[in-house]
Amino acid sequence: MSGVASPAAAGSVSDIANAVTNGERSAVSVVDAHLARIDDHEGAVHAFNLVTADAARATAAAIDERLAAGEDVGPLAGVPVAIKDNMCTRGVPTTCSSKILDGWRPPYDATVVERLASAGAIMVGKTNLDEFAMGSSTENSAFGPTHNPWQLDRVPGGSSGGSAAAVAAGFTPLSLGSDTGGSIRQPASLCGVVGVKPTYGAVSRYGLIAFGSSLDQIGPFTTTVADSALTMDVIGGHDPRDATSSTESFGSLVDVLDRGVDGLRVGLISEMTGGVIDGIAEDVLARVRAAAEALEAAGATVGEVSVPSSVYGLPAYYMVAPAEASSNLARFDGVRYGLRVDGPNTAAMHTASRTAGFGPEVKRRIMLGTYALSAGYRDAYYGSAQKVRTLITQDFDRAYADFDVLLAPSSPTTAFELGAKTADPLTMYLNDVCTIPSNLSGQPSMSVPFGVGDDGLPIGVQILAPLMGEPVMFQTAAVLENAQEDAS
Amino acid sequence: MTDTATDRREPTLPDGWELVCGLEVHVELSTATKLFCGCPNEFGSEPNTNVCPTCLGLPGSLPVMNADAVTSAMRLGRAINCTVKPSVMARKNYFYPDMPKDFQTSQYDQPTNENGWLDLPDGTRIEVERAHIEEDTGKSTHVGGDGRITSAEYSLIDYNRAGVPLLEIVSQPDIRTAEEAKAYVAELRGIVLALDVSDARMEEGSMRVDANVSVRPIGSDELRTRCEIKNINSLSSLGRAIVHEANRHVDLWTTGERPMQETRHWDEEAGRTRSGRSKEDAEDYRYFPEPDLTPLIPTAADLEAVDVSIPELPSAVRSRLADAAGVAPTEVSVLVDRGQAGFALDTIDAGADPTRVLVHLTNNLADGTGEMDPAAFAALVSMEVGGELSSTQTKEVLADMVVTGRTPDAVASEKGFEAMDTGELDGILDGLIADHPSEWERFCSGDDGDAKKMSGFFTGQIMKATRGQADGKVVAQLLNTRKP
Repeated sequence: MSGVASPAAAGSVSDIANAVTNGERSAVSVVDAHLARIDDHEGAVHAFNLVTADAARATAAAIDERLAAGEDVGPLAGVPVAIKDNMCTRGVPTTCSSKILDGWRPPYDATVVERLASAGAIMVGKTNLDEFAMGSSTENSAFGPTHNPWQLDRVPGGSSGGSAAAVAAGFTPLSLGSDTGGSIRQPASLCGVVGVKPTYGAVSRYGLIAFGSSLDQIGPFTTTVADSALTMDVIGGHDPRDATSSTESFGSLVDVLDRGVDGLRVGLISEMTGGVIDGIAEDVLARVRAAAEALEAAGATVGEVSVPSSVYGLPAYYMVAPAEASSNLARFDGVRYGLRVDGPNTAAMHTASRTAGFGPEVKRRIMLGTYALSAGYRDAYYGSAQKVRTLITQDFDRAYADFDVLLAPSSPTTAFELGAKTADPLTMYLNDVCTIPSNLSGQPSMSVPFGVGDDGLPIGVQILAPLMGEPVMFQTAAVLENAQEDAS
Repeated sequence: MTDTATDRREPTLPDGWELVCGLEVHVELSTATKLFCGCPNEFGSEPNTNVCPTCLGLPGSLPVMNADAVTSAMRLGRAINCTVKPSVMARKNYFYPDMPKDFQTSQYDQPTNENGWLDLPDGTRIEVERAHIEEDTGKSTHVGGDGRITSAEYSLIDYNRAGVPLLEIVSQPDIRTAEEAKAYVAELRGIVLALDVSDARMEEGSMRVDANVSVRPIGSDELRTRCEIKNINSLSSLGRAIVHEANRHVDLWTTGERPMQETRHWDEEAGRTRSGRSKEDAEDYRYFPEPDLTPLIPTAADLEAVDVSIPELPSAVRSRLADAAGVAPTEVSVLVDRGQAGFALDTIDAGADPTRVLVHLTNNLADGTGEMDPAAFAALVSMEVGGELSSTQTKEVLADMVVTGRTPDAVASEKGFEAMDTGELDGILDGLIADHPSEWERFCSGDDGDAKKMSGFFTGQIMKATRGQADGKVVAQLLNTRKP
C-alpha cells in the first residue's frame, strides 16, 4: 500500500507568510490550494474531524483586505493551520474525538488559537486524535482512525495523529498538537515531520481540554525546524489565564537557529540507546547514533549519560496521567453540554451518558486513575508515582550538569500497521517509553526527522533540553536538520 | 483545654451525659470577583448571569487564584490565632449537578490556616483545627413534587454562586453546650465583620454552620459516633438542633441502640433532625493536589501585612468596654456584637454613668443610635441621673434624639419636661391622702405586701397628676419620708 505523503506540498510557513505579506500570493489563493489538496487526499488519510473550508476562505478574504489596506497582519499571514480537536475554537465543534462532546461548540477560543489568529494564521480544520488524547495510534477515535500518509495501512502515531498526518500529507504547513506522554513527538517521528513539546508552562494550556493537567503541553508540527521556531515565537509566552504559565521568557527561537553546536555537550541517554529499555528497534537506534555522529561532526562533543529512573517513567505516568484524567473527565456528566442519555434519576443519567459517550480506552484510564486515587491506595500508587517523578527530575538535573542537550529515540519503532497493537493496551503504552520522562519532568523535547528505517518509513530523533532550554534544543535541531539534508 | 466538663454541662441532657460538638462554619468571602475567574461575586443577580467558561467548568477552562481571597483567608486565620502556612489547593472529587467540574477545588492536607483558637466571652477557649479556602457550588431548585430532588419533575441550576470563595473554619470537638456553640458562631461572626471579609448573614447563606454532634458519659474521653447536622439557618436553630440531636443520641445509647454515622438535616418546623445520606456509603473524595494551580506561599512581608491589617477584634473591644463600665465582659457582648461598643465607650468617656449607658443601649437602642451623637447621649444620661428627667421622660427624649439628632436640653424643654420640685409633689400628695384615706392607712400600717401595693397606687396617682413628669425615685423618697 502506497502513500500520499508530501510534506513539501504545503510549502513552508515562512515562505507562505512572506509571499502573502509581500502581495506575491493572496491568502485566498493559498487557502484554496490547500483545501484542494485536502479534497484530493483527505478521504485516504482522514486527518480531520472537521474541515472549516467556508470559514477559512472568509478569514483569508478578510486578511487580503487588511493587507490591501496596508495593515500588518502578523508573522503568520495567510498560513493555513490545522488544530487538534481537543483545543477550543469559538463556535466550531470541538470533540476530542469523543461521542461525549456531541454537539458542543465552545463559546471561546483557546489562547493558542487566539494567538495564531492574531498572527494572521487561518484555521482550515480540526484534526483527529485518540479520544481525549489517550493513545499512541489515533485508532482510539470515535470517528475512525487516521492513516499514515507515508503508507496508508500504517498508523500516524498518536494521540496527535491527525495533526501530524495533516502536515505530512501537505494539507497544511503547520498544525498544533498536544503532548501528555509523547503525543506530539511520537506521531512526528512516525510521520516524518518536526514536532515540539515545549517546557511545561511555556505555552498556555487555556482552552486545551485537559487530559493530564500536570503533563499536557501544546506544541507545533511543521516540516522545518525554523517553522516550528516561528510558531513557538507566536504561541509561547505568559498567559494570565493559565496559572501554570511561565512568567520567564527564553526569547525568540527564530533568532537562535544559526548558532550551531560547536562546543555543545550532547549526551546519549544510555537507558534508551543501550538495551536497558527493551523493544527499541535496531534501525531506530542506528538513526539516533547517526544523529550523534552528525552533531559531533558539526563540533559538538558526544558522550553517554545515564538517567537511571527514566525506566520507571512508564509505570509512574500510568498512575499520574489517569489519576488526573479521572478527575478532569468527571465534568462530562450529561448535565450541561454534550451527550445526555436520560435515566430515572441524576446518578443514572450520569452513568448512562458516560457509558454511551466514552470509548473503551478512556473508560480504562478513568478506572485506573480512580483506583490510583482511592482511599487506602492513594499513597501507594499516586503517591509513589509522584516520588518517581521527583527522582526522574533529579536524574535529569544531574545529567544536565554535564550535558547541554540529550538525545534519545522519539518512538521505539517506525509506523506500525493499523490494528497491530489494539488488542493489547500494554504493548500500545510502550510506544511512549522514550517520550514520557520529559513530560514527568516538565522539560522540553522535540522530534526531528532523521532518515528512514529498514521499511523506508520515517524515523525521528528526540532532542531533550533542561527547563526553558528551548534555545539550545532548537539550535541543535537546526544542525541535525541540515545534516539530514546534506546526507540525502 | 482544661477539663471543665462539670461546670460546662449541657443542661438539657440527662445526668451523667456530656455533649461533644464541633462546628464547621462556611463563610463566603466578599471579594469583588469569584475565586478563580473575573465574574462578579454578587448575591441576588438574575440566574446564570455571573458566569464564564471557568466558573461553568467548561472543557479547556482553567482557574486563576484570586489574590484578595487568599489575603482575606489569611486575615481571618490570623484573627483566630491560626498559623498561616504555605498551602496547596486540592481537588475533592464527587459527582453533583450543581458542581460544574464534578470536583470541588478546596484544600486538603495543606490548608492555609491551622491550629488556632477562639475565646468565648466567658473565657472558654475553643480550639480551631483549620480554616481552609474552597469554592462554593451552584444552587439547585427542584421543580415539581414536594420540592426535594427525589420527587422533582426537573431541576434548575443557577451557577452564579459557583466559584464564590469560601473559608471553611473547622473547630475541634471542644464545644460542650448548645449555648457555647451559639456563642462560638456569634464570636466568629463578630470577627468576620470586624475584618470586613464577609457580610456573614446566616439567613442569606453567606455564613453556614454544620454541627457535628455526639455524646458520651461524663468522665469519659472517648469520641462516640457523630452525626453531622446541616440546613441550620440561624443561631437559635443551631442551639435547638444541637439540643435535639444530643438528646436523640442519649436516648439511643440508653436504650441499647447506637446512632449511625450520617448526615442529618435540621427540620425547622418539626423541630427535629432527619436522616440524610449515610456516611457508610459516602463518597471516597480521592483528594489530590490541584495541578492547575501553584502552591500558595506567603512571604514574610505578606504575613506582616496581614497581621498589621487586623483591626481590634470583638474580644479586645469587649474587655475595653467591660473595664470602662466596671462589669463582666459577658455583660457587654450584646453591644459588641451589635457594633455599639464604640458608641458606648465614647459616651462613657464623655462622663456619663456607665450603668445607665449600658442599660439604654441594651434595652432602648437595639435598633441603633440613629442621628444621636455620644456627647448628646452623655448629656441625656447625666440629666436622668441628676433627677432632671424621670426615666419615662428620658426614654421619650431618647427616642426623639435618635430621629432628630437634637440635644436633650432642646428636646426636654420643647416637651415641657421640667423637674418637679418637692413642694409641688407634697401638695399633690396631700390632696391624694385626703381623697384616699383608707389606702393611705394601708400604706402606712399594712403588711409588707399591702404597703408595696399601696405605694404603687400612690406613685401611679402622682404620675397621673403630673402627666408622667415626676421622677419615680423622687416620688418613692417622698412617700417614705411621709410614712409615719
